[in-house]
Order: sequence, then C-alpha cells, then structure tokens
Amino acid sequence: MDQNKIRNFCIIAHIDHGKSTLADRILELTDSVELREMEDQLLDNMDIERERGITIKARAVRMKYRADDGEEYIFNLIDTPGHVDFNYEVSRSLAACEGAILIVDASQGIEAQTLANTYLAIEHDLEVVPVINKIDLPSADPERACNEVENIIGIPAMDAPRISAKMGTNIKEVLERIVTDIPAPKGDDDAPLKALIFDSYYDQYKGVIIYCRVKDGHIKVGDTIKLMATGAQFQTVEIGYMGAKDLVPVGELHAGDVGYIAASIKDIGDTRVGDTVTNAADPCKEALPGYKKVNPMVYCGIYPADGAKYGDLRDALEKLLLNDASLSFEPETSVALGFGFRCGFLGLLHMEIIQERLEREYNLDLITTAPSVTYKVTLTNGETEMIYNPTNYPEPALIASAAEPVVNAHIYSPSEFVGNIMELCQDRRGSFKDMKYIDTNRVDLHYILPLNEIVYDFFDALKSKTKGYASFDYEMKGYEPSKLVKLDVLLNGEVVDALSFIVHEEKAYARGRRLTEKLKENIPRQLFEVPVQAAIGGKIIARETIKALRKDVLAKCYGGDITRKKKLLEKQKEGKKRMRQLGSVSVPQEAFMSVLKLDD
Amino acid sequence: MTGLYIHIPFCARKCPYCDFYSVGYSKGLAQSYVDAVLRNLRRFEGKGIDIDTVYFGGGTPSLLYARQVRQILDVVNECFNVHSPEVTMEANPCTVDLYKLCQMREAGVNRLSFGVQSANDGELERLGRLHDFARAKRAVYDARTAEFENISCDIMLGTPSQTVESLKRSVDTLTSLPITHISAYMLKIEQGTRFDCEQVRKEMADDDTMSDMYLQTVEQLEKAGFAQYEISNFAKRGFESRHNLKYWTGESYIGIGASAHSFFGGKRYYCPRDVDAFVQGDVQAEIVDEENPDGLEEYIMLGLRLSRGIETDSLVRLGADCGKILQKAQMLEKGGLCEVGGGRIRLTPRGFLLSNSIIAEFISVI
Repeated sequence: MDQNKIRNFCIIAHIDHGKSTLADRILELTDSVELREMEDQLLDNMDIERERGITIKARAVRMKYRADDGEEYIFNLIDTPGHVDFNYEVSRSLAACEGAILIVDASQGIEAQTLANTYLAIEHDLEVVPVINKIDLPSADPERACNEVENIIGIPAMDAPRISAKMGTNIKEVLERIVTDIPAPKGDDDAPLKALIFDSYYDQYKGVIIYCRVKDGHIKVGDTIKLMATGAQFQTVEIGYMGAKDLVPVGELHAGDVGYIAASIKDIGDTRVGDTVTNAADPCKEALPGYKKVNPMVYCGIYPADGAKYGDLRDALEKLLLNDASLSFEPETSVALGFGFRCGFLGLLHMEIIQERLEREYNLDLITTAPSVTYKVTLTNGETEMIYNPTNYPEPALIASAAEPVVNAHIYSPSEFVGNIMELCQDRRGSFKDMKYIDTNRVDLHYILPLNEIVYDFFDALKSKTKGYASFDYEMKGYEPSKLVKLDVLLNGEVVDALSFIVHEEKAYARGRRLTEKLKENIPRQLFEVPVQAAIGGKIIARETIKALRKDVLAKCYGGDITRKKKLLEKQKEGKKRMRQLGSVSVPQEAFMSVLKLDD
Repeated sequence: MTGLYIHIPFCARKCPYCDFYSVGYSKGLAQSYVDAVLRNLRRFEGKGIDIDTVYFGGGTPSLLYARQVRQILDVVNECFNVHSPEVTMEANPCTVDLYKLCQMREAGVNRLSFGVQSANDGELERLGRLHDFARAKRAVYDARTAEFENISCDIMLGTPSQTVESLKRSVDTLTSLPITHISAYMLKIEQGTRFDCEQVRKEMADDDTMSDMYLQTVEQLEKAGFAQYEISNFAKRGFESRHNLKYWTGESYIGIGASAHSFFGGKRYYCPRDVDAFVQGDVQAEIVDEENPDGLEEYIMLGLRLSRGIETDSLVRLGADCGKILQKAQMLEKGGLCEVGGGRIRLTPRGFLLSNSIIAEFISVI
C-alpha cells in the first residue's frame, strides 16, 4: 500500500463528548463492521470501559475509505483515553499518529482535559482537526464552541465540521477532512525496521501481542525481531492489522502501517510499551525517542484478602503491567495485612480501575490501603528520603523538614460556581493563583493544590459543588515545604501499620476523629472491649471504643437437633475467614475500605 | 446408654414463638400416630439396645391419653433393655388434671416438664399461652400429689412486655414451687413464626437487657439452690435431666416421630417434618445429616454448653492442638468469660452468653 493513502489518527475528547460514538459512526461508514455486529462503543471492549462510558486503554482499528477524490484510503484509528489520569496512554497513542480529531461538545465547549490532551498532540507535531459534536442538542451553540477553539487553542475552527455522532449527521465530512487535512506518513520503506510499540497484551495462545506503528522499513512473518530496550530477540510467527472485531493476519507490515506482531513471546517483561522494534539481522542505529514517561503520582498497598493468593496477585499485576506501563509495583509486607504490593498509579481513577480490573479480570479479592503520595523528607543528618509508604515515615525527632508534592490545577467552570470552588480549594489547602474569563460566563480558575488533598475525592467534591459542570486538570509542579505528621491508628493499643497515613498538621485532628468513628462503625463488636485510637508520635488525639459483644448464643439446643447449631457454627467460621486477625481483634475487609472514604 | 425420644407433634394451639414441629390435634390422627410410633419401636425388638431415658417431647405430649402413653411405654419395655429409666413428658398445664397425672404416673412417666414460661399473667397472655399462672401452679401441686418427685418448669427471658423486675418476681415465684429443675430460655425469634415481626422485635428485650436478665436469673437460681449445669438448664442436686444431657455429651439417642432427630450407630439423621408421611409409612424415613460427625468439633461445641465444660485430656485424645486452645482460653479467662483449671475449660455465665463466638474461636485453632 502506498504510504500516501494511509492516514493514522486519534480522537481527542472530553469524557462524554462523544468520542466512542464518533468512532462507531466512522466504523459504520467505512463498512468496517457489519451493521448487525454493531454494538455501542465498539472500541471500548473492556467491561469497565463500557459500564463507566470511558476509555481506559488505547485501542486501534484499521478501516478502508473511498474518498470523494475516487481514491481508496487506509485509516488507522487509535482510540485514546480522555481522563487526565491516562495522559500516559494518550501520549503513547499520539506518537503513533500524524493527526488528531479534536471533538468539542457544542453545548459545553472546551474542557480542561481536552485542552491538556490537545496541547500534548500539538507537542507531538500532530495536525489537529477540530470537530463540533452534539449539534442536535437544543442547547448546542456551535458558533461559541468554534470561537473557544480559536481563542483558547489558537487553531482555525470556523469551518470545522458540525456533526452529531449520535444521529450520524455530517460524519462523511469528518472522513473527508481526515483525507485532506491529516498528512500521510513519511517513512522510508527501505531503511532498517523501526517500529514503535504503543500497546500490547497477553494472549493465552499466541503469547504477547505487540501493537506497533512502523515508522521506517518493513517486517514480514519469519523475520527475527529485536526489542531495543531489552535486547531480546524473537522470530515472528504472525503479523497483521487490527480489524474492528478481530486481528487480521496479512504477513507483512510496511513503513506507515499500524499493525500487530506475535512472536511467541512468553515473558511479559520482554516487551515494553514505548520500546522500538527492529530487525535483528539489519538493526536500525538508534531507537525512536521514548514516550514521555509519566511517574506514578499516587501509591497504595494492595493485598490479597486471602494471603494464599499472593502469587496470583503478582501474576495479575505483571499481566496488567504489560499493557499499562504507567502502573508500577513492588512487594511490601505489612504486619496487619501480610504480603502484598505497594503500587504506583497516575491518579485516583487509575487506581480504582486497576483494582477493579484485578478483581474482575483476575477474580481476586483485595484489601487496599489509603492512597498516599510521595513525600520528600530531609533528615537531621542531612540526608533526603522519598517516602512512598506512610509506614516508613521517620520518627518526628529525626526529621529536619518535610515537603509534599503540589500541583498546578486548572478548574474550568461556569462562573456562578466560583464561590463554591474557591471554598473547596481553600478547604483543601489550595493557594489561589489567578482567574481568567474564557468567555462571558466561563472561568479558568488556577490554584496550587497539595496533591495529597486531591488524591482522595477532590474530583467528586468538585462535581457535587458545581452540579457536575466543572472540569479539572492538573500537572505536577514540584515539592513545597509542609508541616506534615504521620497519623497512626491503634486497635486495642497496637499500631495497625496498614492504616497509618500522612496528613497536614492542621488536618490531623479532624481526620483522626473521623477515622476512629469510621472504624468503630465498621468493626463488629468483639468478645472484649476494643479501644480505637488515633495517635501522632505516641500522643493520642482521638479515641472511640468498640463495646464488647454481650450476646451471641443459641439458648435452646435440644430435641437432638445438633445440625442447626453446626450450621450456625459453619457460618461463623466463614465469617471469621473474611476477617483479618490483628492481635486479638478481628477486622473485616470493609473496615480497611471505610478509611478510604472518610468524607462520606 | 441410649436415650429414646418420642415426638408428639400435636398442639391445642400453636404458640406464636415456637418453631418445633406440630399440627392441630384430632383424636383419630393421634391414635394413628401412636400406632405408627409403636410400629417404629418394634423395629428395634430383639436388638438388645440398652436404654435408660425416654422423653416425650412435642408439640404437646400431654394431649395423649394415659392409655396411649402406657401402650407406648409397654412396647418400649418389650423392645429395649430398659434400666431404671428417667421417663419425661412435656406437659402443658392446661392439658392435665390430678386424675390424668395419676394415670400418667402409673403408666410409667416419672418426670414432668411444664411449659410455665412466666409467673405473670399479662406476659403469659402476650405469649399466647392458654394458661394463667394459677393454673400452672395447680398443675405443679397436682403433680406432686400424683407422686411426681422430679418436676421441671420452663421460664422464658426477654419476652414482650417483660421487665427485669417482673422476670425477677417470676423466678422468685417459680423457685418457691416444689420443683427440682428449671429451664430458662432467652426468647429467640424463629423465622416464620408469628413472633417473627417488627412489633415483637421492638417489644422484646434487646441484647443488652437480655444479657442482664440472663445473668440475674443465673444468680437468682443459684441462690435458690438450682445449680446451673447447662446454658439454659438448672437443677437441684441430682435432678439434672439425664435425657437432655445425652445431647450434650455425645451419647446416642433414637428419635421416633415426625421431625425427630437421632444420633445412633455413629450417624446423625432425622425423620421429615410430615405427620401424614409418618403415619402412612410402615417405617419412618431417615434423612442422614451426617454420616461421620467430627468428634472433636462436636465435643467442643456441645461440651462448652455444659457448666462442667470440656476436659483437656479428651481434647488431646480427640486430636486437638491443646496448647492453642488453652492459649485462647487463658485470654478469655482474663476477660472473665471462662475458667481454666483442674484439667477443664468451662465457660462462665458471661461466657455462655457469647458461646457461639467463643466456640468459633476455639474451633478456629484446633
């Protein structure tokens, strides 16, 4: 296939602005799927994606399109996640494209995350094609949306296609724009192979499937490939492109193509997303520039509810790591929870999704600890330590100073909610930077916020204070000195390491009180009275008492019906299994979970 | 030695809290039922089974005619080797008079268990009982006159409208009667009974009050000379229920009648809750609960119901990790829930109140 007839592009959109719907319409119009096979959001094929209506993982699909100029073109659409947590996925997808369609909701205009992703696309030298969607809505104002695109992003948009992906209006115009506006790839088919891995997953039968974009050179079945970061070599057994429903083997890929490679790769550690694939016999001189690597921002401990499942959890994490390079994990041990992993995530949604995928796709029962960020602590001996786990926070006496990560946060919202948002940011220890009017009734509020104040539930709180109208984006700004303390939780006088967390001094008392209350609610009465205490460096700041259980007895046990009592006992044994034994206290999983939602 | 349980599933009126199996009484059905009991007893003829207790439970066994009870006991004597038996009959105070009691005594019954439940008429009415306390009191005295020397009365704790004080008075009144045994049960709402409703749950004692009532009653009964020997059972010295003890000490028992349970020949089985099937069947159906019950778990579960508790020697013999159990027991002892000593572990009254949780704790470490 002539490279001039290939268009590689992605779609950038805010959550709910219709990205997956547009993708579906494009698939239909290019006859890539039979109509009877159509199901909504074809590209979002993870259960969680469909349920939440979001895209988590990048997906790719190849289509054929006969344009108005009479030529047949190959379209490679690489779907991208919209949420801020998944910027990394976005940047991987972008590096495989020459252009991006920017969907803007005709009634809501540009949102914070769209903006962040659009800038990312411009950074990657992508041609951005704006499209105004949802013109069928009564509240649609395409004129205003176009103005916003021009004012905020600075690209011409007055002639942007005005479409309704839902109704199928003007989709054809978008396809024509892809042909005319997005440049064709310009690779050298005769040069040594140079292909970018932008996604991969593990297939039970074929081993690791690599999704790649061939930049230069070509590859065919039987070639021995080399993965440049690890140096590992494999003989390819299957090569092809991604159809809308299935992989389609074709035998070879050329410069400009997007496709997949299977090479019986069993060790998932060998393939890294962002790595370059080359030909072992005729390697290219240097690897493609790596993706913009994003560091985890949020950490939490993940433990199997049943200690015996530790190995299963490790296997599952390794498999997830394969197609989610932004995930990081290393083994850790907790006195309370046994063996588990400290995992790093891009953000809270990312964390939730990983937990959910572990539970659903790998059928694991998990206990997670409260999310934490990375603190920088300077010790009195002059050394600096990064603290990923609250348990490792040094004794107060050893700390000279402490710093916490802060972010530059932009909140886009109708101006009527400014008061509410400011109140919220103030409460979260934010410092106000400035406020800009995007147009007459929408503002861009700029705040510096400590990351640890937003990892919990900032987004939820923001949504509820703005009737869902505000959107929010942030980027790491760096570390700022802060008065931090480690808050320990004691059950029956013993510290439960898995419940410790780091908090700003001013908030410690309130958090301690709330936490002890929550634990009291969630830990059932035991045979003895159990004090629940919150402490800072040995000083108790809050206390609740779980009263001793008084009555749990089957008074009547005669007439010879022993089985009934036995059944009761079985139930009790089952219940006990779901509990974690901390000293003499049985703690149900829910108690560990409840501390994650202190603001309920 | 084996115990014999005979279930008589007839009641004049179903009590709203009771979930034992019973149906309405009719003369004809009762006689067919007795015939079926006799048929089933004869199956054991010539097997040389030694028994020393017979227990007529219900339902309301005292609804039977004395001659029917005699018929049954005669067949029992023919088919089993009977050794100076304790023969108990559960009785509703309304169903007996002096004459009937004399006949029952003559037929061979030597222990009565009256469902008195309370000495407060208001509470009795709320429980849907047919008798008032005066009637119950007369039944007890009549029984004495009929030369019953071993009389037990049931009392219920935490019933709707009962207070800590009214319960105390009931217990005092009861202990002043010429009786030898008291069963004191905390009311438990059984699924599907008429008491299984919001209204009753609101009116009955909550867990804290119930616990207070229980501890007070244990103390009161001890003072009156009724020593606790099981969670809900108290007796003057030498008058513990030999039959009921079999359930808690792992001895065998044969149950005859619809819904009757058996532990015999090493397995636990029961007859379905179906009078018609029992009456029509030549032989009662046996549904096996457990072929080979776990001796150790049962020993702990049942033994800890008794005031004398469990023996460490027996635990070891049954294969338990006695060290771990003792460790748990000592922890519980600190909280006043059990006592360890003399080669035994036994629960205190406060421990009895938590016996389900405590038993689960022990079983989790064996």
